Amino acid sequence: MDWIQMTCYIAVMALVTYAVRCLPLTLFRREITNVYIRSFLEYIPYAVLGTMTLPDVLYSTGSMGSAVVGLIAAAALAYMERSLLTVAAAACLVVFVAERIL
Amino acid sequence: MEKAVMNRWADGIRDGIPIGLGYLSVSFTFGMMAVSCGIPVWAAVAISMTNLTSAGQFAGISMIAASASFLEVALTQLVINIRYALMSLSLSQRLEKTVKTMGRMGISFGITDEIFAVASTKESKVGKRYMAGLIFVPYIGWTVGTLLGAAAGTFLPEAIRSALGIAIYGMFLAIIVPAAKKSFPVFVVILIAVAMSCVFRWAPVLNQVSSGFVIIICSVTAAIVGAVLFPKREERGL
Repeated sequence: MDWIQMTCYIAVMALVTYAVRCLPLTLFRREITNVYIRSFLEYIPYAVLGTMTLPDVLYSTGSMGSAVVGLIAAAALAYMERSLLTVAAAACLVVFVAERIL
Repeated sequence: MEKAVMNRWADGIRDGIPIGLGYLSVSFTFGMMAVSCGIPVWAAVAISMTNLTSAGQFAGISMIAASASFLEVALTQLVINIRYALMSLSLSQRLEKTVKTMGRMGISFGITDEIFAVASTKESKVGKRYMAGLIFVPYIGWTVGTLLGAAAGTFLPEAIRSALGIAIYGMFLAIIVPAAKKSFPVFVVILIAVAMSCVFRWAPVLNQVSSGFVIIICSVTAAIVGAVLFPKREERGL
């Protein structure tokens, strides 16, 4: 991939992200009262993260075995409400160890 | 009685420091992930400096790595970051009335989950100088962390890089699992999204749909079902 194509990707990402942030604050001064739209906007980030996590996590490491072990470890720590960095780092460590053993 | 407007640069800087430190570690992970996806260091840093968002950037690099179309990238960013529209809207109610269009355009660049949360929970309305300070430290942390992570990533051996592949998903789990624990509607929304995502990965014919559109179809469907089944009546920041 050349730098021109990469720059186009970055520009597309930046423009869309900025437009979403900028337009409501600068143009729209009233508040959304529609409860369905508000709820949709509240649920969408979790829906996106859920879609991106499974099943992709199973293919994110050297083997599905190590990925499953890492997933279980990460899910358990997340359930205990550890920080983002702790969960991510622990998942990596578990995968690293699992790949040496399996 | 409304308190005086919060509009000191120094107050913004002070409130921004904890956010900046948090961003340093997340963006370090982003930098490493980007390099392991084959993104050059300069591009990883440029993405962080122009986007300033975590989930969108992580999704973006995996799509760039998969040579997705520009339309897919644009739609995915729109879907992932649409929550900023509500924050932007909500913040417009909390911003000092005197802030002009140019000021609003500048402030809106720095709306992230954390910056929004801090700014919108202040007792008084917030001004331009406070917002500039609040955005400044996290922005520096996000940029520097990306550079360090991307630079470190290029020196890492294969075994370590393989283990780091799961880092991004660990982060995602750390966000969605506690949220699902606290809110049954969020749990149902995530369950629907995950189930659909698995179907699109493994079912014949459907597994031909590219990853960008799978994210859009699954997440929009799950969020619509959630909004219809569990419309939220109370006011709540995201």
